[in-house]
Amino acid sequence: MARKLNLRIWRGNSTDGALQDVTVDAMEGEVILDVIHRVQAEQMNDLAVRWNCKAGKCGSCSMEINGKPRLACMTRVSTFEDGETVTVTPLRAFPVIKDLVTDVSFNYKKAMQIPAFQPPADLKPGQARMQQVDVERSQEFRKCIECFLCQDTCHVIRDHEENKKSFAGPRFFIRIAELDMHPLDVLRNRKKSAQEEHGLGMCNITKCCTEVCPEHIKITDNAIIPMKERVVDVKYDPLRWLGSVIRKRDGIL
Amino acid sequence: MSRSQGRYAYDVVVIGAGGAGLRAAVEAREAGLSVAIICKSLFGKAHTVMAEGGVSASMGNVNSDDNWMVHFRDTMRGGKFLNHYRMAELHAKEAPDRVWELETWGALFDRTKEGKISQRNFGGHEYPRLAHVGDRTGLELLRTMQQRIVAMQQNDEKETGDPEKFIKVFAELTITEILKDNGKVSGVYGYWRESGDEVFFEAPAVILATGGIGKTFKITSNSWEGTGDGHALALKAGGRLKDMEFIQFHPTGMVWPPSVRGLLVTESVRGDGGVLTNSNGERFMFKYIPDVFKDKYADNEAEADRWYTDQANNRRPPELLPRDEVARAINTEVKAGRGSEHGGVYLDVSKRLPADVIKKKLPSMWHQFYELAGVDITKEAMEVGPTCHYVMGGVDVDPDSAAAIGVPGLFAAGEVAGGMHGSNRLGGNSLSDLLVFGRRAGIGAANYVKSSGTNPVSDASLKAAQEKVEKPFTQSGGENPYALHQELQELTQSLVGIIRTKKELEEALGKIAELRVRIGKVSVSGDRQFNPGFHLSFDLDNMLLVAESTALAGLTREESRGGHTRDDFPAMSADWRQVNLICTFDGKQVSVQKNPLPSMPKELFELFDPHELEKYMTPAEMSKGGSN
Repeated sequence: MARKLNLRIWRGNSTDGALQDVTVDAMEGEVILDVIHRVQAEQMNDLAVRWNCKAGKCGSCSMEINGKPRLACMTRVSTFEDGETVTVTPLRAFPVIKDLVTDVSFNYKKAMQIPAFQPPADLKPGQARMQQVDVERSQEFRKCIECFLCQDTCHVIRDHEENKKSFAGPRFFIRIAELDMHPLDVLRNRKKSAQEEHGLGMCNITKCCTEVCPEHIKITDNAIIPMKERVVDVKYDPLRWLGSVIRKRDGIL
Repeated sequence: MSRSQGRYAYDVVVIGAGGAGLRAAVEAREAGLSVAIICKSLFGKAHTVMAEGGVSASMGNVNSDDNWMVHFRDTMRGGKFLNHYRMAELHAKEAPDRVWELETWGALFDRTKEGKISQRNFGGHEYPRLAHVGDRTGLELLRTMQQRIVAMQQNDEKETGDPEKFIKVFAELTITEILKDNGKVSGVYGYWRESGDEVFFEAPAVILATGGIGKTFKITSNSWEGTGDGHALALKAGGRLKDMEFIQFHPTGMVWPPSVRGLLVTESVRGDGGVLTNSNGERFMFKYIPDVFKDKYADNEAEADRWYTDQANNRRPPELLPRDEVARAINTEVKAGRGSEHGGVYLDVSKRLPADVIKKKLPSMWHQFYELAGVDITKEAMEVGPTCHYVMGGVDVDPDSAAAIGVPGLFAAGEVAGGMHGSNRLGGNSLSDLLVFGRRAGIGAANYVKSSGTNPVSDASLKAAQEKVEKPFTQSGGENPYALHQELQELTQSLVGIIRTKKELEEALGKIAELRVRIGKVSVSGDRQFNPGFHLSFDLDNMLLVAESTALAGLTREESRGGHTRDDFPAMSADWRQVNLICTFDGKQVSVQKNPLPSMPKELFELFDPHELEKYMTPAEMSKGGSN
């Protein structure tokens, strides 16, 4: 059952752009990415959009649909009313390159600043023994498909370019949490560096990131809040503070 | 139109940032070389993330009877003995080390009770062999290697102040040509997708790791990137493609809704107990067990069901036959009018496992069906049908070094390389393939560069490459690249698909020749900046070359084997097993020649029961008993 969909697409580049209205056929079961592709093939051959797997597994087709950060491949046309105009715009937190494609290099720069996984020096291949329950905590965060929707929606940087320098964003808080909870990682001070170098303290746990995560990772509850609690714990509990100073056991952070 | 040309120089250029490319890059960098990694998408988006079920390696964590010899046998059997024995041998021997190595780089696989890496059952594998992370194993592999590269860059930054001094990722860049000077690789030419600006890399060694060709077909599990770029680049550079007639149609792709038709439904669904039924409710796979597999697969439901709890005393359920068998069976059921509502068959795991176990073991499948099809797989059956998934054929390479035959300085690993999987790949063997041969390509390229030295790019090579990139904007004729792509997909799907005939393949070749004329008339609107029409015009050219190779090799091979089924030659032939078909390209058209398949040495030959080999080999081969 085909229907007509009114689509309002932002077109432009880094200097200029505007919303353009098109009407396009939408077939049964289709998602927004399908109709964007139909517009591309039939009406706007040079419409720029990123996509890859079309299955919600690669996190390429991130955009804002009616103002909400979404994956276009996982947003079904049937969720919109007949006659409703659907507006698609590029991610707001990142600079536009062209049309729906933005410059997400911010995220790759932040990835470079998170110290890598560090196994014990004597870990031999095949020797690691870990219980399922212990790997599951980090596995939740390793489900991340790097769609950067959480980064886009996070109000610390969404309209505050000036905060980007000192704030890594939810995607990288779960990366730090993942390494911190990794049974084989031995690098100390991950929570402390999240707080002092990557802006964990700037997050005021509004959970916007969790809401938009297409992998349903509990970013706030399972990564950000536990790290914040431990940081506060050590900083404000006089005994533990003293312990960390006297014994230089910074590793408990 | 003259464009600014960016210019770079590296020891090794890796084209493709999927599993094989990244594994090759890590190895080349560790060997002390400077490495450029080039990909069409953003870093970390490669098709490897779509691999679900697992990575096969005979670690023996779940069944200690497993070892490389069993894995080798399963792989050869799955490929119907057309595999290059040496690749299958190296793969089986080295896969466990490659998986364990990932763990030391931070990968977190699911665990057994003893805390070892867990392993699951899969089609064609005798023992539980697939290391996995739920059903998102590919993502784990890719992310682990991506993070390994970041770790190397952090190290380089510490030592030199520049993280990208020795290894740099060039994302969203298309390579249009491999440059050659003095008969050897001298670099690559391409353009930035974002700006359209042209760029070239001087490098004595180039590793192709571009993956597959799925987008040549209409119904496919592949992403847009699977356009056979590496296959075509190799052909154009004077390389050879082998076994291009063998295309794997994965038996279980989604069939409804239309927008997700072809999307993969992991084999783990069957490995974890899912059964296939037709519209009569019949569990039909029992009817399709070929003679060569009769002693390994249960011919009745009771035994098949017992196997899930007692694998030592029962034969495997036929749902776990190699993929080519299951795909053909589904195809036959649907054609006989016993298909599901939307033209597939039913795959049901809801009656086998409790809902919470399904969600735990198959989380992304649950997610995929629930969100895209409105189907809750913990309560109801899925509708599935065959989808173009993988190409067994690829660049003809030296098994040990991954060096492309005939093009000094060119290497290939992963799906773009041929030979490893013979006529049909087993599930789980692609992730292990890309680790084993990605690493070998890295070593191969490093050794080559150390002995060959540099090979400067000449102005003449550059000029020729530059002219080709201009073409879509300068030529006229008004052909729309999207429409041509659709036509190509329709014709491969209907004429070069699961079941083939001489007449259809000849018709396909005629139509491909017509399309080749028409792509000379593609004109692109808009400018160069992030222009998908412009991008597609290059992909199209590559896909046409691939389709032509597949159709031509398919027409030549007069037998049915693995991923090549001829309705007019339905039997497997021991004579044809001794032949690889090799495609080459003279700049105008593809031609095909027969090449003898290297035969197994005695020590590998003797790993098999002679009664099994008799089903595949000629009496002369049997009496010889191996090549040495």
